[in-house]
Amino acid sequence: MREINVQEVTAAVKQAAMTANFELGADMLRALEKGAREEESPAGQEVFRQLLENARIAREKRIPICQDCGLTVVFAELGQEVHLVGGDFNEAVQEGVRQGYQAGYLRKSLCHPLTRKNTGDNTPAVIYTTIVPGDQLKLMVVPKGGGSENMSRVFMLRPAAGLAGIKEKVVETVRDAGANPCPPTIIGVGIGGTFEQAALLAKKALLREVGSQHPDPELAALEQELLTMINNLGIGPQGLGGRFTSLAVHINLMPCHIASLPVAVNVQCHASRHQEVVL
Amino acid sequence: MTTTVKLTTPLSDQDVASLWIGDKVLLSGVIYTARDAAHKRLIDLLNAGQELPLELQGQVMYYVGPSPARPGQAIGAAGPTTSYRMDPYTPQLLARGLKAMIGKGKRSPEVIEAMIKYRAVYLGATGGAGALISQAIKEAQVLAYEDLGPEAIHRLVVEDFPAIVINDCQGHDLYEEGIKKYAR
Repeated sequence: MREINVQEVTAAVKQAAMTANFELGADMLRALEKGAREEESPAGQEVFRQLLENARIAREKRIPICQDCGLTVVFAELGQEVHLVGGDFNEAVQEGVRQGYQAGYLRKSLCHPLTRKNTGDNTPAVIYTTIVPGDQLKLMVVPKGGGSENMSRVFMLRPAAGLAGIKEKVVETVRDAGANPCPPTIIGVGIGGTFEQAALLAKKALLREVGSQHPDPELAALEQELLTMINNLGIGPQGLGGRFTSLAVHINLMPCHIASLPVAVNVQCHASRHQEVVL
Repeated sequence: MTTTVKLTTPLSDQDVASLWIGDKVLLSGVIYTARDAAHKRLIDLLNAGQELPLELQGQVMYYVGPSPARPGQAIGAAGPTTSYRMDPYTPQLLARGLKAMIGKGKRSPEVIEAMIKYRAVYLGATGGAGALISQAIKEAQVLAYEDLGPEAIHRLVVEDFPAIVINDCQGHDLYEEGIKKYAR
């Protein structure tokens, strides 16, 4: 049994929250550079130029990539041979978020849903913990922006709707979102599971490396087909018209009930931020 | 062909009337920030027949909730938030002389109608370019509603703030035109 003190968890989450907000991932930078090269619309090209410059300024000056520093989602994969000591794990994660958002001059964007009073420290973070084999603790810190989250949807389709129904709903979600979720976007699609599992599959799909191929060739082809359908909408970067409405479509799929066909579409803006730490 | 227009606030009817969708604008002068909560308070004051904490005639409102400034900086990241949440409040502010709004995303038919009626424009800034846009903001002070934190009304001094005309006061909509041009 390997021991990990939860103080290490707090320090890791604090650092990851800041890094995620200042440094756009290499996969996203490559995707933006590709967009800058290939976008046809002049206004869209200008958007890509601005986003690349924005990423540079954020990284160098430690200014958040986006003022919406997100609701912090933390995916924890806890090795079953790890013994957490020194305190409450969940509270240690929350404390890491609290400290990171304070020390990093990050915006505190959480409020009571009815009174709308800000919680003041960007907590509570949403934490998903799964138990996995091994003696490591993997923490994925994901600041999720509100604008793109607002455009996300869950559909409980009839099984008869089939693949055609799934495609229709994914494209409809992106079409209806228009310029709101800050395109060019990443589209996470969860197919199957239960009502809430579909949404979680969609969110996890957003974490896959942009530009990577789905291991299942059929789903890889479906991702490409959906991306083409979406980019044929013409919405373009920031909705100004153009070829790049989305940079990637990522699908996660699992079996569902014989009566159901859950489909979730989680929209992610171009400020696709996530930072992984392994303890 | 798009043109680049340099404008200084406050804006006149003439400034606004000369703008066309797709024009790039570099805005300088004083602008004011407001999001959902601040809009609600302004409208509550108007409905109660009370004075607003700022004069709206000729002014520009920026939909933004900036991140905190580091010591020595004017402001943190400061890109636009999605504008549709302000739509229910906007026509009343346009009626009071507001000349331009900066945000991102589509406006309601009521807002577009009010822009034609009161001669005003809607400008888009690049959403998610908060670090880049912060470089155009030279000063920031809280003007009202400090208790709202990032949602307080700030008075900003900007220099060559980059934006693009989404809705002009003739009723055109760049989002609609862009899709028409690039849809397949």
